[in-house]
Amino acid sequence: MIPELGHFALILALCLAIAQSVFGLIGAWRRQPEWMAVARPAVAGQFVFVALAFGCLTAAFVGNDFSVSYVALNSNSALPTFYRVAAVWGAHEGSLLLWIFVLATWSLAVAALSRSLPDTFIARVLGVLGVVSAGFMTFTLATSNPFLRLLPPAVDGNDLNPLLQDFALAVHPPILYTGYVGFAVAFAFACAAMLEGRLDQAWARWTRPWTIVAWMFLTIGIALGSWWAYYELGWGGWWFWDPVENASFMPWLAGTALIHSLAVTEKRGLFRSWTLLLAIFAFSLSLLGTFLVRSGVLISVHAFATDPARGVFVLTFLTLCIGGALSLYAWRAPKLGSSAGFELWSRESFLLFNNVLLVIAAALILLGTLYPLFMDGLDLGKISVGPPYFRAVFLVPMLPLLSLLGVGMHAAWKRARLADLKRPLLIAVIVALVVALTATLWFFGRVTVLATVGTTAGLWIIYSSLRDPVSRLRKHQSLSAAVLGMSIAHFGVGVFTIGVAGVEAYKIEKDVALKPGQSVTIAGYDFAFRELRNVEGPNYHAIEGEFDVTRNGQLVRVLQPQKRVYRVQTSPMTEAAITVGWTRDLFVALGDQLGNEAWSVRIQYKPLIRYVWLGALLMAFGGLLAASDRRYRSVRVTEPLPTGSTARDAA
Amino acid sequence: MKAFAVALLLMLATSVAFGIDSGDDFPDPVLQARYERLIHDLRCLVCQNESIADSNAGLAADLRREVREMLRAGKSDQEILAFMTDRYGDFVLFRPPFVARTWILWLAPALLLVAGAWIAARIVRQRQRLAREDADDSDLDAGSA
Amino acid sequence: MLRYLLPLGGLAVLVVFLFFGLHREPSIIPSPLIGKPAPPFSLPSVTDPSRQVTNATYRGRMYVLNVWGTWCVGCREEHSALLAIARTNVVPIVGLSWKDDRPLAIEWLKQLGDPYVECAFDADGRVAIDWGVYGAPETFLVDAQGRVIHKHIAPLTEAIWQRDFLPRIQAAAGTRP
Repeated sequence: MIPELGHFALILALCLAIAQSVFGLIGAWRRQPEWMAVARPAVAGQFVFVALAFGCLTAAFVGNDFSVSYVALNSNSALPTFYRVAAVWGAHEGSLLLWIFVLATWSLAVAALSRSLPDTFIARVLGVLGVVSAGFMTFTLATSNPFLRLLPPAVDGNDLNPLLQDFALAVHPPILYTGYVGFAVAFAFACAAMLEGRLDQAWARWTRPWTIVAWMFLTIGIALGSWWAYYELGWGGWWFWDPVENASFMPWLAGTALIHSLAVTEKRGLFRSWTLLLAIFAFSLSLLGTFLVRSGVLISVHAFATDPARGVFVLTFLTLCIGGALSLYAWRAPKLGSSAGFELWSRESFLLFNNVLLVIAAALILLGTLYPLFMDGLDLGKISVGPPYFRAVFLVPMLPLLSLLGVGMHAAWKRARLADLKRPLLIAVIVALVVALTATLWFFGRVTVLATVGTTAGLWIIYSSLRDPVSRLRKHQSLSAAVLGMSIAHFGVGVFTIGVAGVEAYKIEKDVALKPGQSVTIAGYDFAFRELRNVEGPNYHAIEGEFDVTRNGQLVRVLQPQKRVYRVQTSPMTEAAITVGWTRDLFVALGDQLGNEAWSVRIQYKPLIRYVWLGALLMAFGGLLAASDRRYRSVRVTEPLPTGSTARDAA
Repeated sequence: MKAFAVALLLMLATSVAFGIDSGDDFPDPVLQARYERLIHDLRCLVCQNESIADSNAGLAADLRREVREMLRAGKSDQEILAFMTDRYGDFVLFRPPFVARTWILWLAPALLLVAGAWIAARIVRQRQRLAREDADDSDLDAGSA
Repeated sequence: MLRYLLPLGGLAVLVVFLFFGLHREPSIIPSPLIGKPAPPFSLPSVTDPSRQVTNATYRGRMYVLNVWGTWCVGCREEHSALLAIARTNVVPIVGLSWKDDRPLAIEWLKQLGDPYVECAFDADGRVAIDWGVYGAPETFLVDAQGRVIHKHIAPLTEAIWQRDFLPRIQAAAGTRP
């Protein structure tokens, strides 16, 4: 009964989404206030029914309703309740419903928090969001219905993939989707502006907070995924340049460029074409990612079960959406001229370089990810493009970006007076270099080019990001949330860079064969294998090893890595044991049992790896602060001048 | 009895997690470094996008063994990689070769950087000209960001 | 202003590739051995360890090499097709038991039938690596000059045999067998 209710709710939601798009878009086109007025209630109704559908699916999971095929495939009665909820989005059909739910939530937020925006504009925004919602709902109902019944019902379920029975991975998809899908809002704002034929500084001010919040969620989502892969997949790696990871990273790069480009458009009415394109690209890359994960076109550890029929559907939808937006762009963009100017050394200039470099980075990752497909399509054979390629290639735009970042933060609009800053910044670089060299020599005993460059850049960016807020506080000047947010976010970039440089240059990974009673020394830490024992978990048995980790005779930690066998899926899973510290992680994982009581054990020393995620979180926090700035909350809106050129905001 | 069953299960089943290399380290650190680089550059063909260093598949272990033996026999990196591509094609390389059909792939960073610099230069030059013509700074606010 | 249409053009190209990509098999890897001499091997037989199985025996004759294992689900699927093909006696089918358990393999052939004229036992997988094997079952067709002329990955069926193998055998032989 409940699954049918959910199914029906989804159908109703689709009807409302169609109403939302039709009445919103045509109403705005025809300037019919009664039609436009349908949009907001339609959004609210759509949200209610989508929430209902999602709730019904969740209820089916929590209640162990194995007569629903999707539940039977992905859950089990022994699965703890928390993971039963997480299992809702554990596979393709449910994750689509999550996508739709997140989009409905964003749409509701836009509808509720935009009272001050012009009616035609908001009708168009909601209309575009309705089109996207309708597309996804049609896709789900037609090809990926999570409510299908399994008759006769299964006695018990297949269980959730053990890899997914983890807290971080449970929350990773909702947070990631909030980011991914949030770019639909920027996309909708861009489409609405193009449909209106008006794109001005006010538009940029409206779009910015939504985009920053979406970007913030995406940052956290990617960081969570990386952190999870690190401790759960047992390899100790934190980024694999896997196609699906790249699929989430490319929108992030485009989104980062977008929030910076919006700053220029808001301030000076410049870069409007760039901003439009970036808004379209960011969401397009999200859609592309959705396609890549579900179509079987690329091989990936993350891919959902594949089906070419679904792939065709998503690809068609993607083409229509993006093609439509880019057609609008080709139509409107030529008229977006501006007579504003800026000097070579100015904030606009630096943000231009920023745009270019981030777009190059995204383009390179796209090329590398899709190149095997191009080769195969042209019958030029099969090749692989993996981490060695991406690592090398990603540095090409990133190194210039990091170097420019330290300076660009301080550049003033239109005409930057950098002369005063030259000396302090130059001194800062030299100091950073000296500190980097000394620190790496002192702590790790050797210097590498990449570590030195990375650490120097990171330290310099940290210094640079703190200069402005500190000097303002000293002079008792006001420090707006936007400026503080920006500083913290850039500070986070510096921290992240140092983390990456440290861990990649100085990590130690060793595979050893150990018997209970033996020990091995790595990076000054002694790992003594004490014993092996059996443990029972709620839905698994495990063999657990006990390792005493000591340094200079002092006990650091007792680590207990496990090798689990889940009762239902019977696939063995390695649970690594990690001890976390301010300066390093120590990581122990059990491999296989070798002959005569020995086990293969993977031990890793990972210096500074926590700063990788700390840096990402700081970036996200900075974004949150920036989005909360007072000026976005001011409610007054006067109708901006309808024009394509430098419209000055009269508000 | 249960412990035995679990141990047996673990021994027989194929791990989904990661690969452990049960050979000894090379006494020569240069060889060891070459070994680690090579096994990270070679793809495990039966896995979903893992290198033979990270994979626990039987084939990955066999290929790691081949790499070890070839290194001990004094083969160069090129010879080892050629051994692999002769049998499995270029697909087995995670670092694509630099041949005619991958020129775009490898030259893209430099090309895009040059193109980006050219575009940026054009825009900056145009705006510089406009800035000189427009000395009026009233479109700027006192604050930044 | 043509440059504003560039993004749209780029999208079109991308979509075309993605569309064709949907009908490709990204995990089927073509063999670089096609057209090259078959890697020589000499291994003990599965059934009789004192006997050597070597492909030098087949010089001047076409043969098929089938890589299998008792641990491989697809091999179980193709076994009856292999038996049927072996009965037609077109070319000899040589087996390569890949990293298997010898007693289990012998038992399998005894219980399910033996389609192989002889079956080599590759204990450590070196020969399989030489042949570029990455996922059983795999089946190779070697011509009378000792060149690999076809490789099929995934379980063999009589339909595939008729479509892919027989025409090549007939073309190479020049006459109907």
